[in-house]
Amino acid sequence: MYSRTYRNLVAIPPFVWAATFLIVPYAFLFSFSFWQVRSQAIVHEWTLANYRQLIDNPVYLSVLFRSARIAGSVTLLALALGFPLAYFLSFRTKTSKNILYQLVIIPLWVSYLVRAYAWKTILGSDGVLNTLLTYTGILRHPAEFLLYSPLAVTLTLTHIYTPFVFLPIYASLEHIPRELIEASQDLGASAARTFWAVVFPLALPGVLGGATFAFVLSLGDFLAPLLVGGPTGIMISNVVVSLFGAAYNWPLGAAISACMLLLVAALISGTERLELRLRHRDAR
Amino acid sequence: MMTPDGVLLSIQGVTKRFGATAVLEAVSIDIKEREFLTVLGESGSGKTTLLRIIAGFEQPDSGEVWMKGERLDTKPPNRRNVNTVFQHYALFPHLSVFENVAYGLRARNIEKSEVTSRVTAALAQMKIEEFARRRPAQLSGGQQQRVAVARALVNQPSLLLLDEPLSALDANLRRYMQAELKALQREVGITFAFVTHDQEEAMTLSDRIVLLRRGRVEQIDTPRDIYNRPRTSYAASFIGQTNLLAAQIENRRARLGDLEWPCASGQRQALFSLRPEDIRIVADGEPAKTNGVRCRGFVRSRVFTGASELLEVECGTGALLKVRVSGQFGAPDQVTVEVAPERIVPLAE
Repeated sequence: MYSRTYRNLVAIPPFVWAATFLIVPYAFLFSFSFWQVRSQAIVHEWTLANYRQLIDNPVYLSVLFRSARIAGSVTLLALALGFPLAYFLSFRTKTSKNILYQLVIIPLWVSYLVRAYAWKTILGSDGVLNTLLTYTGILRHPAEFLLYSPLAVTLTLTHIYTPFVFLPIYASLEHIPRELIEASQDLGASAARTFWAVVFPLALPGVLGGATFAFVLSLGDFLAPLLVGGPTGIMISNVVVSLFGAAYNWPLGAAISACMLLLVAALISGTERLELRLRHRDAR
Repeated sequence: MMTPDGVLLSIQGVTKRFGATAVLEAVSIDIKEREFLTVLGESGSGKTTLLRIIAGFEQPDSGEVWMKGERLDTKPPNRRNVNTVFQHYALFPHLSVFENVAYGLRARNIEKSEVTSRVTAALAQMKIEEFARRRPAQLSGGQQQRVAVARALVNQPSLLLLDEPLSALDANLRRYMQAELKALQREVGITFAFVTHDQEEAMTLSDRIVLLRRGRVEQIDTPRDIYNRPRTSYAASFIGQTNLLAAQIENRRARLGDLEWPCASGQRQALFSLRPEDIRIVADGEPAKTNGVRCRGFVRSRVFTGASELLEVECGTGALLKVRVSGQFGAPDQVTVEVAPERIVPLAE
């Protein structure tokens, strides 16, 4: 056994890490959210005004709803792309499995910014898509609504977060013993029944994990809306950024951040609980 | 082609290759109705592949499988009236024991009330009713095994395939399950095709044994016949212990060391099998049994194994015979052995 002193010593670095980078910043964040700004200065007076403003001013709520809508679409799109891809790779490929897997992973090594910029060149009014559409005569004039819109944000974020959805689903599919598929067929189940009764339930932890990843990361994203969102594609993090920057209203920014934090925490514990319940559905 | 009367499943000239290696070569077996057939072989003999071809998880490269006048090998696994007990049970981890057993019935859209009654009966038959609501992970290996058997049998298949289902159990539980499987097979009257590498298990359970060797059928016989009348040296030494005698033949008499016995073979040399328990140690004055052949020998080693003792007796040059004597052997080092010539079985190779 290790000595008591040793055990206490090794616990110090993680504790210091958590304190410096998590506990203290959160404490600051929550404190700020109850303070206020008066004549360009932050006053340390406790108030709920920031939270009241969030509810009273429809701008914040509508941006939050838009963010949730975009994050939701990204999640659904990433699932629609990631699940079939993971299923195909796990169940239908043999020799080419590794190469295909690498092809999915490689984009993760490319900088986020580069990938976001790529969509600018695709969707812009002089972009790849518009050039193609006008060249083939499908459009007479380049479409302006493609870039700087919620659609552009959704596409960009889907591109960026699909691998995050793919990976956990792929991992849980790979963990399904192939004997179970054979057992299902052996018991007379069709391919569709085998999928819905065996493969999908066993892949569900991966699906929930991937979906949570995509939703939470998209919800808090601020670079994609900044680069390709335009005025109609603004998301909640952009509001926070501007409140902490030009608007110099740290307390309100902190209040929004605190709300987001609680929302995301609730979401994660919710999916966790859902997964547990599904796992013990008929065990009771 | 049709299946002959009394035959449930007919495997006709089945060959299967994986790449360049032939796993099964021209295998033909008729499985009779209601029999307990064991496919016995070492690892790599092709026994599991044979089972997988019957279940439909592998396609034969050539040859056919027929069941009661119906071509089976062209049907997908979910349309065969065959169920499998997998080696590692392959129970669905996310479903309760009840749902696992109900799976096959639900897949065939059987009415809810019938599903409930049949599953309940199957659980009772395998003595696992109390675990109905548990998950497989909450059961012991032996209990999981019972669920796997119940899950297959509840569908009332014409043929039940069992792929080394007892190999993961400890020795005592294994013997207990062997007895229970045998009793179960008699009770339900379903044909069992059982795969194992354990010759003792094969002997205990089977009505007939198919001995596979490197993808070919070495011998198909009842346990008694395969033991008493092995066709080849492989069959003789794989099942039980034996003495392989490479004897010279002259004037219709075979000879190895000082041991000599009558033999009808026209060859000059031949291989014979003689079981250690078929050799008797006799007292000098004891009268010989009818046509028994005798010779003198020296005891070279003794191994006490509990109920019996295994001696090695040297009877002249090149003839070191294993002899099994019951109880403890107290005789001197120099002995006389006696063999009934009909117990010396000529082998094909």
